[in-house]
Amino acid sequence: MFSDRSSSVLETLQMIDEDRLDIRTVTMGISLLDCADSNGAVARQKIYDKITSRAARLVEVAEGIEAELGIPIINKRISVTPIALVAGASQDEDYVEFAKTLDAAAKAVGVNFIGGFTALVDKGATPADEKLMCSIPRALNETDVVCASVNIGSSRAGINMTAVRTMGEIVRETAEGSAEAHGFGCSKLVVFANAVSDNPFMAGAFHGVQEADTVVSVGVSGPGVIKRALESARGESFDVCAEVIKKAAFKITRMGQLVGTLAAERLGVEFGIVDLSLAPTAEVGDSVAHVLEEMGLESVGTHGTVAALALLNDAVKKGGLMACSHVGGLSGSFIPISEDIGMIEAAAAGKITLDKLEAMTAICSVGLDMVAIPGDTPASTIAAMIADEAAIGVMNHKTTAVRVIPAIGLEIGDMVEFGGLLGRAPVMPTHPESAELFAARGGRIPSPVHGFRN
Amino acid sequence: MKIILTVTGLDHEGIIAGVTGKLAERKVNIENLSQTLMQGYFTMILQGSFDENQQSITELQEAMKPVEEQQQVQIRIQSDAIFQAMHTL
Repeated sequence: MFSDRSSSVLETLQMIDEDRLDIRTVTMGISLLDCADSNGAVARQKIYDKITSRAARLVEVAEGIEAELGIPIINKRISVTPIALVAGASQDEDYVEFAKTLDAAAKAVGVNFIGGFTALVDKGATPADEKLMCSIPRALNETDVVCASVNIGSSRAGINMTAVRTMGEIVRETAEGSAEAHGFGCSKLVVFANAVSDNPFMAGAFHGVQEADTVVSVGVSGPGVIKRALESARGESFDVCAEVIKKAAFKITRMGQLVGTLAAERLGVEFGIVDLSLAPTAEVGDSVAHVLEEMGLESVGTHGTVAALALLNDAVKKGGLMACSHVGGLSGSFIPISEDIGMIEAAAAGKITLDKLEAMTAICSVGLDMVAIPGDTPASTIAAMIADEAAIGVMNHKTTAVRVIPAIGLEIGDMVEFGGLLGRAPVMPTHPESAELFAARGGRIPSPVHGFRN
Repeated sequence: MKIILTVTGLDHEGIIAGVTGKLAERKVNIENLSQTLMQGYFTMILQGSFDENQQSITELQEAMKPVEEQQQVQIRIQSDAIFQAMHTL
């Protein structure tokens, strides 16, 4: 009887020690709707006070759970109500000061990122949304831990192409504002279609208006565990692969559920969701690309990559769904370039292209994530990349996103170093043909016919 | 609180005595124990429990540090909850 226990204990320890199993993030979502004020300075004081009181014990509690369960919790983070909704009541001309307040509050409680410098403009933009978008370049370059996101499309509303054009320019401007760091500011900026309001992962986390006042959500990791599980199924059929992945995903997710429940209980707040995403890091043994390669591909990016990713994504969800009470967030595999050693190597060797990456985003969460593009890529081309991703998301009822980094001063093949979890990325070629006239049109791409399902 | 304590390291005499002696001193009750040698490598998994009102798991972890050094082994103490969650339906 106890020998059964022993083998499960050893299996768990192996997952943690050798397969780099960890909780990627414990994220506290805090509503700031009650902080709106016609006086910007008053609003900011309320924001600072609310964040620093609600999240005062977040890091301490998370570290306690880490010690008790013996599982690393890599990030402790905060997401807040989209700032455009909170700052809109103020008379301020730009919202950079709001970003600085978020930065100060996040540092005061010791979290490593705060998300929610956000505007939701999938159908149209209010003056506050416009101000927020225009504030993004300075907000990101004058703060350290603030993340920004803008939702420019949804299956229900279509794609706001005027906002897409604006965001093409904002991405460029943000990159130019951090030119000496090769556009690093853009690593904290995500442009979404069908953004979700309970995503615990940065840079795209914000706390939606439909959420409770304060909730705690968890994002799990675990590509290493899935890869090892698949190693036991070499040469077997895909049916076996799917089963093996489901079982491993179940165990990973159960741990996420446990951590989330404990954190919520100890912080005295509601438990939100577990995000079933497989989040890689640039460390060896923590790569989604290597999981795909384990299925029999010589390199990620070759023919078969999309099918392998589809199976992986689906099996992770199926295994995870039963393991926790509430699933949410993005829940899929992340395929960032810079944060995944297998993706970095494939991109550097030219084995994976932007076009293949785009195809992969059609069947997994997020989109063109942490992709470095040439520093001289025009705003219109960036806007067109955003539009393509948004189209994939809007037409397929899924979240898609663009987090590209125009690497100022660098050319195709150069490596951009971001440091830490953000890793490094080779500059990938974009199509040189112009999309200037396309991006200039503005207006809205109407929502698809299946967006009217009611 | 129920805990799982794992000890790994090069085998030599006195490891169990050192570990369990300290556990007795810290009022940890041993409920189950399995120990084996894997190519000269000592591996012990011990299930125990203690009163959370008397000490926290982090205090217990601290208390085992000198034993770790003295016996030249790695001692890990985790809440049993993580193993229950991951391996039982």
